Amino acid sequence: MEKALAELGHMDEMAVMDSPVHHLNAGAKLLATVIYIIVVMSFDKYSLSGLVPMLLWPVFMYQMSGIHVSTCFYKLRIVLPLVMAVGLFNPIFDREIMFTIGGVGVSGGVISMITLMLKGVLCLMASFLLVATTPFDSICAALQRVHMPKMLVTLLLLTYRYVGVMTEELAVMTDAYHLRAPGQKGIQFSAWGSFLGQVLLRSMDRAQELYSSMLLRGYHQHFHYAPIKKFGSEDAIYLALSIAFFAAVKMINFGELLGSMFMR
Amino acid sequence: MHMADALLAPAVAGAMYVASGAAAGVSIKKLKEDDNTQKLPTMAVTAAVVFAGQMINYTIPGTGSSGHMCGGMLLTALLGPFAGFLSMIVVLAIQCLFFADGGLMALGANIWNMAFYGCFVGYYLIWKPIIHSKWFGEGKSALRSRIIVASILGCVITLQLGAFSVVLETSLSGITELPFGAFLALMQPIHLAIGLVEGLITAAVLCFVFESRPEMLMDVDEVGVPLEAKRSLNSTVAILAIVALVVGGGLSLFASGNPDGLEWALFGNADGGYSTNMGLDEENFGVESSVAEKAESVQEKTSFLPDYAFPDSESAVGTSVSGIVGAAMVAALAVLISIAGKFFRKKNNA
Repeated sequence: MEKALAELGHMDEMAVMDSPVHHLNAGAKLLATVIYIIVVMSFDKYSLSGLVPMLLWPVFMYQMSGIHVSTCFYKLRIVLPLVMAVGLFNPIFDREIMFTIGGVGVSGGVISMITLMLKGVLCLMASFLLVATTPFDSICAALQRVHMPKMLVTLLLLTYRYVGVMTEELAVMTDAYHLRAPGQKGIQFSAWGSFLGQVLLRSMDRAQELYSSMLLRGYHQHFHYAPIKKFGSEDAIYLALSIAFFAAVKMINFGELLGSMFMR
Repeated sequence: MHMADALLAPAVAGAMYVASGAAAGVSIKKLKEDDNTQKLPTMAVTAAVVFAGQMINYTIPGTGSSGHMCGGMLLTALLGPFAGFLSMIVVLAIQCLFFADGGLMALGANIWNMAFYGCFVGYYLIWKPIIHSKWFGEGKSALRSRIIVASILGCVITLQLGAFSVVLETSLSGITELPFGAFLALMQPIHLAIGLVEGLITAAVLCFVFESRPEMLMDVDEVGVPLEAKRSLNSTVAILAIVALVVGGGLSLFASGNPDGLEWALFGNADGGYSTNMGLDEENFGVESSVAEKAESVQEKTSFLPDYAFPDSESAVGTSVSGIVGAAMVAALAVLISIAGKFFRKKNNA
């Protein structure tokens, strides 16, 4: 749980760094990321050579933002298991040989498995980049601008604020529990209900106080945000170049093209 | 059960976004009608507790392993289906954005698989009918038993529905070569076990809330909480054990021996021994049956969905040796960009 807190804190720190990518409009980044992920998802399961050039965009953006690519790979531990579980069966069921390298046949299943895993990595890289270079308030403000219901945006902001608080509280409780129960793994059966139940009850009361204090500060069903950065010419250029790159990679198989120039 | 972007085709991801968006729209409208904006902080804080609470490890007695609690069922019992659904959406969105648990484009599907079933099916088909029923007679202890049964049944059933949807969405996306039936046979039993444990933990938490503040649970105040001597922990444990045995025993027999009609059709019968090899041996276990063919044709029909985005594109679908060589060169270029970036940054810092 402390790890999760540290992760959350680290993401927040990265989001307020100073770089050309951080200065871009949040909406533009959100749109580019969504388009990128859709294009990656739309590649056929065998088109590995067409998909690989999509790697260039996140790699370039990571360099521009000054965030190390390796930071996002830590998160792969969560993404990859289910993707692998699904992908690992492809080589078993799809054994049709597509081509041979040095006498070893490569089956369609192997290609589709690698493509699937690469897709997982690429999508993670893109969405991680978005969150690592954009403060959460700005993402929420951008969401509101694209007419996401106010209630949902407010709920997102409030919950995000309290995720840190509650995780910290539960981490302290877990520590206290373990100190009193040395050598024991996890929460014992007899405390299953009361452990989380206590926090739950206290939190519901806390929420009531929170609402009262919100009302006292003049809350009228919407929050006032500091003005976010307007959509400027650099955002337009960023968006146009990104989309042009995605379209080019989607339509022209650069991997195939580059390879055929060197191999006859 | 969080799905990554890679497991879905854009068309399926989009359809799931529309479905989940519609459910969210109805929920927001409903909350606004009831003028429930004061519920907002409660929803946020409860969602945050559930988010953090899902990281706690609960020791499962006698096994040495640990389980987690089920967010959807807990939220729907505390906040009701509409507020619970919105809270679940927020939990899933934060998990996706900050912890890479589930993809950004797969969020629609994840909301459907976990929040929709957990909150709406969990409330309207399981929680509400069971709490209002006359099961176990009258009195406080009977009501507590109903809460336990509703929690366990709710978690098991909604998780089974969720797992089924994951299989369906992945198969429709044409991502996996795994036959629909075999994939299902892999996913359902795993999630049966998870659902049982999650149900037990959720039941324990809800029982605690029931003992301390019964008015906080949905429908419980409507039924009325009769005053009665507190039931000892032992009898509660006994009820938990019986429910777990009945649900677990009954459903696992059903799941491993003869999971469903489709499985039965695919593998002939339970004697086919499919549970020992998960039906991976195509030749011996009747994957060529008519149902399998149908499932396959659905897959074939839908597997071209990934190409919908740019139907006229020139890109070759397959990959050849030269393609691999080219791809390797592009990858090398990516590494080069990284090294160059590092070099320039060092220079700037110097």
